[in-house]
Amino acid sequence: MKKVSVSFTLNGDAVTAEVPVTWTLLKTLREYFDLTGAKEGCGVGECGACTVIMDGQAINSCLCPIPEVEGKSVTTIEGVANRDGSLHPIQKAFLENNGVQCGFCTSGMIMSSKALLDQDPDPTEEDIRKSIAGNFCRCTGYVQIVESVEMAAKEGK
Amino acid sequence: MIDYDYRKPGNLEEVFNLLREYGPEAALIAGGTDVMVKIRNTKKAPGVLVSLRGLKDLSYIRKNGDYHIGALTTHRMLEESDLVQKELSALYEGASRIGSVQVRNVATIGGNICNAAPSADTAGPLLVLDAQVLIQGPEEKRRVPITEFFTGTYKTVLKQDEVVTGLQIPAEMEQFGSAYWKQSRRKAMNLPILGVSVSIKLEGEIISDIRLALTVAAPTPVRAYKAEDFLKGKSLSDEALNEAGKIAASTECCTLRDSLRGEAWYRAEIIETYVPRMARLAAERRSK
Repeated sequence: MKKVSVSFTLNGDAVTAEVPVTWTLLKTLREYFDLTGAKEGCGVGECGACTVIMDGQAINSCLCPIPEVEGKSVTTIEGVANRDGSLHPIQKAFLENNGVQCGFCTSGMIMSSKALLDQDPDPTEEDIRKSIAGNFCRCTGYVQIVESVEMAAKEGK
Repeated sequence: MIDYDYRKPGNLEEVFNLLREYGPEAALIAGGTDVMVKIRNTKKAPGVLVSLRGLKDLSYIRKNGDYHIGALTTHRMLEESDLVQKELSALYEGASRIGSVQVRNVATIGGNICNAAPSADTAGPLLVLDAQVLIQGPEEKRRVPITEFFTGTYKTVLKQDEVVTGLQIPAEMEQFGSAYWKQSRRKAMNLPILGVSVSIKLEGEIISDIRLALTVAAPTPVRAYKAEDFLKGKSLSDEALNEAGKIAASTECCTLRDSLRGEAWYRAEIIETYVPRMARLAAERRSK
């Protein structure tokens, strides 16, 4: 199988991956970089557990062919907290509001929420719900999650 | 084992060269939200995926007289465009309800119509907005009305060596109001059970021109010509609209079928209900 060398910015660092050309960004994150925060739920772009931010936009990393990542900037859940380990306001808000139950959807939820708040620091509840419509949670029923994002937005003000 | 090569040319000429070099082994990929899913689900891949994402100049929404939309324009760009929101309401409604933000950030309008699903959310809006599909091959360019673009389920007039480069919507659509209804079980992340698109032009209370389109009502997205003809020249009344809804739901306009997502009788009721409602909404938008 043909391999490609792909150089991009990953959580602020310049990186290069040598992986099979058929790999997705998700597979590269998990199996080449050992960054297992992004999950494979459905693998077909329906559940959002694999959400990462690429060049400022939330995407499903499971649908992203790795050659498309060349030259891009990718942020995963591992790059959301500060370098000293202190948590991002969104992460704090999820903890405080019980926005996490089993945790499988959480990294994707936080990445979708972060993409929203980076673009629009003062979203309405509807904006929040639209932004996480592609992130399935099967535990909490979304209310605490939406409240977490609202709290993070308030904190950011 | 899924195996393929992946090429990302920087301009159309290189795309044509790759398509010539690899022939039927090559397939085009844009946002990848259909292609990657299909590869995963079928465990089969073409020999070479030729990515169009390097063609940066095919990503635009412009109005100079006509409306011009590049094939690589994402649904998210359409959703966030003031021009589309204000003047091409049906297209806004179609584009903004596809998948999720993550999907809309990468999925392109060119990809949506080239995939040619009977349920394509932008197809109905493009049908009632009278769009022309701009196609380019290695030797020549051609344009095909969207009414002739779909030839079957997942089939189009596109030849193996051709690429859809954009869509053009005539300036006269400025005088129309338009609307798209996506009937679905959830608010997001699903396909329509049935789609109703309308564009309408009024002179006073008289319908001077109207276009109706149905999705998931036939093997391809279709115009409901008989229902349009019935309404032209009539005044915008409940009686006329209800009758048009019945015509649109009949075998004169579509071939409804039972499927996992909905049964034919239900689809017929949705058409009968939403042709009048969307016509009213489109008319209201026109008057604003």
